[in-house]
This record gives sequence, C-alpha cells and structure tokens, in this order.
Amino acid sequence: MDLTVTDMACARGGVPILEGVSFTLARGETLLLRGPNGIGKTTLLRTLAGLQPALEGAVSMPAEALAYGAHADGLKGALTVSENLRFWARIYGRRDIGPALRDFNLEELKNRPAHSLSAGQKRRLGLARLLVTGRRIWALDEPTVSLDSASVALFGAAIKSHCAAGGSALMATHIDLGFKARVLDLVPFRARPGSRRALTTSGFDGDEDFT
Amino acid sequence: MIALLIRDIRLAVRAGGGFGLALAFFLIVTVLVPFGVGPQSDILARIAPGILWVGALLACLLSLDRIFALDFEDGSLDLLATAPVPLEGVVAMKALAHWLTTGLPLTLAAPGLGVLLNMPSGAYLWLLVTLGLGTPALSYIGTFGAALTVGLKRGGLLLSILVLPLYVPTLIFGAEALRRGADGLATQTPLLMLAGITLATVALLPFVAASAIRINLR
Repeated sequence: MDLTVTDMACARGGVPILEGVSFTLARGETLLLRGPNGIGKTTLLRTLAGLQPALEGAVSMPAEALAYGAHADGLKGALTVSENLRFWARIYGRRDIGPALRDFNLEELKNRPAHSLSAGQKRRLGLARLLVTGRRIWALDEPTVSLDSASVALFGAAIKSHCAAGGSALMATHIDLGFKARVLDLVPFRARPGSRRALTTSGFDGDEDFT
Repeated sequence: MIALLIRDIRLAVRAGGGFGLALAFFLIVTVLVPFGVGPQSDILARIAPGILWVGALLACLLSLDRIFALDFEDGSLDLLATAPVPLEGVVAMKALAHWLTTGLPLTLAAPGLGVLLNMPSGAYLWLLVTLGLGTPALSYIGTFGAALTVGLKRGGLLLSILVLPLYVPTLIFGAEALRRGADGLATQTPLLMLAGITLATVALLPFVAASAIRINLR
C-alpha cells in the first residue's frame, strides 16, 4: 500500500472542515477526490503534502514519495520552458527532462519564455514538472484546469503510464480522464459544528454567530 | 540548492528582475546629498561614511519584498516547501542570491560614489571592507523580514518597518569602523563586532525564517 490515511481531521484557517477521513491508495491506483467547492479537497491535499499539520489522525506513506501539484504551477515567466523544467529536475536531484517535454508535447516550445505561453501550455508545463520529480505518489489539485481536450488526453495518458510503472495518483478533479478510477466523495467527512473535533479546537472563530 | 541559487540570480538579472534598481537608487541618493547639504567639501568628507552606509542600507531594502513574495504568488514557494531540499537551505540560498545581486554590487560601486562625496583617499579600502563585511547581514536580516511578511498583500511597507530597526547594529558598527578607518584610528573593535553580527545572522536567521515561512504557508 502506497498511502494509508486513518481518521484524519484537517482545518482551514483554524476552522475544522474535514474529520474522520480514512482511505488507502494502492500502487498503480488512481483515486479521484470529489465534493462541492469548499469541502476541503485542497486542504486535504495540502495536509498530505506536509504544508499544514493534520489536527488528528495518521498518514503513512514511504518517505519522500509524494509530489504535490498545486493550483499554481510555480513557473517563472522570465525563464524558458526547459529552464523551468530543468530547475525543478535539479531540485529533485535529477537531470533528464526529455521524456517530460515529450509526454506533454512541449518540445517545440522548449526555448520559449514561459510568460509567452498560453494558459493551457503553462498548465502542461506545470504537469510536466511532476514527471521530472520522479516521485511515486502524485497529489494533484485540479490538474486539468484550462487544458483543452487533446491536452487532457495527454495528461490521462501520463497518469496511466505513471500508474502502470507502479506509481499512484490522488487528484481533485471533476473531469472525465478517459479511464476508470476509484472515487472518494468527501461529503460524508464534513466536520460538523458541535462535533467533538469542532468543540475541542474552535476558539473565537468557532463561536461566531452567522445568523 | 545550487540550482536555486543559479535560478534566483538568473531571474534577478533578466528583464524585470530588479537588478540594477538598487544600484541606481544608491547612486541617486548619494548624488542628492551634496545638493541638500551644499558644496562645502569638508562637511561632505566628514559625513561621507554615514551617507554611504545609510544609502547602501536603504538600497538593500528596496528589493527585499521580492525575495519570497514572487515565489509565493506563483506557487513556487509551496512547491519548494514540499521538495526534497530543507527549507532552511532554500532561505539561505535566497539570501545569498540577494546579496550577490544587491549587496555585492553596492559594495563594488561604493568607492565610485565616495568620490562624489569627497571622501579622503585613505578611506576607500575601509569602505570596501566594511560594506563587504556588513552587507551580507543586511541580506540575511532582510530575508528574515521577508519570510515574516510573506503572504501579506502589499507587505512591503510593513517589511521596511520591521527590518530597519534590526539594521541598526550593523549600521552603527559598519559606519563607525569606516569613520575610524577614514580618520586613521584603530578599527579592530567595530570590525570584529560587524563580522560577529554578520556571522550570527548568516548562521541563525535561516532557521528562524524557515519556521516563519512554514507558519505563513499553512
């Protein structure tokens, strides 16, 4: 098992929004997070990435196995496509960016500065960054935003080959990627006001009267 | 780590990176002083060490809010925080890149500006030595301030107010060593204090700044 989450609770801005989240992610598996806006998909992914602590519960996964892909791509407009990608490759201790450029059809753009790319091309470059990390678990937040259907197909193929090579992916998305994947609906895990978690952690924030 | 240093220097030097802004600011401030004070060369020579130090310090301040704010806005900071490099190292490298693109050019340009202020000839070596020793502390303290204000909208002014008081010890010992050097007095004590401040900030502040960033990213 690549990733096991047991009874996790997490908060956004000090307010608990998810509790009792438990799921597993096996090698080669893709898990889609679903739920309405504000349910806590981003918060869950940020917690797993280690950007914020979980309120309670346990996460077990191999060390240094997770690559996080956020809403923002972390690209520098003044650098070219290949400079951006090579920087992230070197941060992860790797050098070869050829396959990543090829898989996301960026080879013709590689000497263009990133600020001259379209939104969809930037997104493709942001996703190509995942390939150069060499990490096994991808935690992705709305990866298909501003992608056209051809690019979504490229992305779906990249996810498929990543999973076929023993990797796994966890993503918050509403789009059909063209293959079957397990879905985790977050609505049942919504933290209820007055539940034990909300009571123990809320301070002034939790006492606000919304009438 | 080295990749990060190279990227930051490259970003600073390319169009819109702000390299040269600090230098131009330093030049303008120094040129304005004789206009304000008047052309009496003996007064200018006496205040030159203080003017050059204050000018370098303010010029350093200009580019501080770019250290983390840009990386925060485009998401790089989140990704760097989850990457297999220690955040302390990221902070130290960013501060070093800031010094290489701001403090070092200021130090090298300062003797040229000393001429405009009629600085005595014996002081130029001390100008290079004190600025070279002191400006790394300005970059590292500034990086700490930038880490505290990362994520705040228009935190630049708050950053200046936070950082300027912390610059006071560096300014006192830097300008004092330079003044003594220019007058031909013993400079050992202020130079040692200046070096001590720089070494302490370089050694300690990356850890403090990294914890501040971790809290601000939550």
